[in-house]
Amino acid sequence: MTMALAMFLFFVSITLVITYWAARRTSGASAFFAANRQIKGWQNGFAVAGDYMSAASFLGIAGIIAFQGYDGFMYSVGWLVAYLTVLLIVAEPLRNAGKYTMADVLAYRLSARPVRAMASLSTITVSVFYMIAQMVGAGALVALLLKNSGISYHTAVIGVGVLMIVYVVFGGMLATTWVQIIKAILLMGGTILLSILVLAHFGFSFAGFFNAIGRVTYHDKGVEVVKDFLQPGLRFKPPYGALDLISLGMALIFGTAGLPHILVRFYTVPDAKTARISVVWAMGLIGTFYILTTFLGFGAATIVGRDKIATSGGTNMSAPLLAQSLGGDFFFAFIAAIAFATILAVVAGLTISASTSFAHDFYTNVIHRGTERKQGEEVRVARVTAFIVGAVAIAIAILLGPNANVAFLVALAFAVAASANLPVIVLSLFWKRFTTRGAVCGLGTGLVASILLIVMGPSIMGVDAPGATAATHLIQSPPIFPLENPGIVSIPLGFIGAVLGTWLGSEPAAEAKYDELLVRASTGIGAEKASGH
Amino acid sequence: MRHDDESGPIAGELTPEIGAATDVASVGLKTKPGHELTAAEDSDPVDWSRVTQMPEFRSMVSAKLRFIIPAVVFFVVYYFALPVLVGYAPGLMSKKIFGVINIAYLFALSQFFMAWIIAALYLRAASKFDQMEQTVIEKAKAELGSQRGTK
Repeated sequence: MTMALAMFLFFVSITLVITYWAARRTSGASAFFAANRQIKGWQNGFAVAGDYMSAASFLGIAGIIAFQGYDGFMYSVGWLVAYLTVLLIVAEPLRNAGKYTMADVLAYRLSARPVRAMASLSTITVSVFYMIAQMVGAGALVALLLKNSGISYHTAVIGVGVLMIVYVVFGGMLATTWVQIIKAILLMGGTILLSILVLAHFGFSFAGFFNAIGRVTYHDKGVEVVKDFLQPGLRFKPPYGALDLISLGMALIFGTAGLPHILVRFYTVPDAKTARISVVWAMGLIGTFYILTTFLGFGAATIVGRDKIATSGGTNMSAPLLAQSLGGDFFFAFIAAIAFATILAVVAGLTISASTSFAHDFYTNVIHRGTERKQGEEVRVARVTAFIVGAVAIAIAILLGPNANVAFLVALAFAVAASANLPVIVLSLFWKRFTTRGAVCGLGTGLVASILLIVMGPSIMGVDAPGATAATHLIQSPPIFPLENPGIVSIPLGFIGAVLGTWLGSEPAAEAKYDELLVRASTGIGAEKASGH
Repeated sequence: MRHDDESGPIAGELTPEIGAATDVASVGLKTKPGHELTAAEDSDPVDWSRVTQMPEFRSMVSAKLRFIIPAVVFFVVYYFALPVLVGYAPGLMSKKIFGVINIAYLFALSQFFMAWIIAALYLRAASKFDQMEQTVIEKAKAELGSQRGTK
């Protein structure tokens, strides 16, 4: 077990060297927020993949497939297809017309202060919820993986929090980018290696592997069960299973293109063409990874078995336990270290997107109406924000404790991104008549609807089974809204809010600037350029 | 409003580079980069509608939309067919094709290749859009430059 700790410390020391190197190259706002816009296409592709593939993907999906078979693999599909929305609709116009944040594109022709204030609120909500989910996950994971080395949940949460603050405060976007690139390389390497070992276990016979998936054996309440794990329906059951799955799909397909930590990545490249190439790189990596979850998940189901996983840490331990049974303790340590690296890279990306939005959108543009009072003020505010965001996330994760049910926070982040952010991005780019009021209404409706529906849904409301040891539902009464994923209702509401708000009145000034936005977004005339060094 | 400033917004570059240390350095007539101005603050001397009316610009935008709209419609329909069929036609989806491998698994796997193929087709189409974009930019600069002279 200490081997995992040693490997993790090795990874941490590499990232700290990178942070030191990046800190010496980071002066000025464009460097801090956008790495001087000098990241290459393939590098940004790796960084997008590293920013996106969270512990939920690596440990979570492998676990769901190991326990519920095919239905878990359906999660994998949506996470890749979502990038078509990013590629075809969002990435290039955003890079052409914006500077550091999503709100730059909205504020282009709308009234800057109300739009930026709302966009900043929604960005920070998404980032902080997502971050808390990652931090709780990190703490629980470390406590499990390193249970013999004296590292507790609290130490782990504080460690992850302090590291992400260090990366962002000192190294800015450049350090964050390289942490994400290295993590993506490690994660891909570990996953490919693990998949090869799974195939080797079956003598490199696909037929043998799939036959084993066709009869997975485990015990349910003491009774032996043999199931075909390629059959759908083990997780999503009637009456609402299919609807929940469609709703989740909507949140993924429309939410990924509204996730602030993904969007800010497109400002780190020199131009829209490079942004496009980086999305395609990311799609290659992300797609390969999610196809390989077949081997991770089904491999854990067939080689380790549900019974053993359930008694040695639960679903999230499926991938590390698979590594242990195929490659021994050393490989277990390697995969565990990759899982930490995964979490660190994602939280660093979330921290920088939240602090960029606060400093650039809220502090400079809303409070001070777009002027820095002192040189370098915006970056200073972003650094302080990163520190505060990190401290708050540590505190909340410690308060919630390792057993908190936080999976819904990820669903919430995607739902808010899809219901609040995406409608206003799309409408401001493609609808000439769109107004400030429409944007504020759309952002507000999407945000409130997502949060309310999650609170009224089965993640928060529900009656615990008698004899349950820990309360799993915050509100002990039957859920009012039947779905875990609110997207199917909240995304249309976000669009309706934006359209109704626009119909309430016209905004000639915004309409007059549409031609300029259209020209700039579609040609890149006047786009922010890469800067010196 | 004065337009004779040498570093004005349309001298050479339509928008000069904004990369000074603070990133809010003054740009020609304005004190802020274009996208940070509200619509009301910004009385832009450049007549952008002349660019949007150029035939080259129009054909570029319609070429992009001719690719993007069908592509988006196709992938959304193809993707949502998976949860809809798995949820409402589980019998059909459970039909086995090779050994234990069923339609549900093959359909899910095909989604990855669908996404990659659309991405590859878009990359190819986009290189054509880039060429059209170059023509538009050159023509726009010439046109707007002369427009400035006549105002």
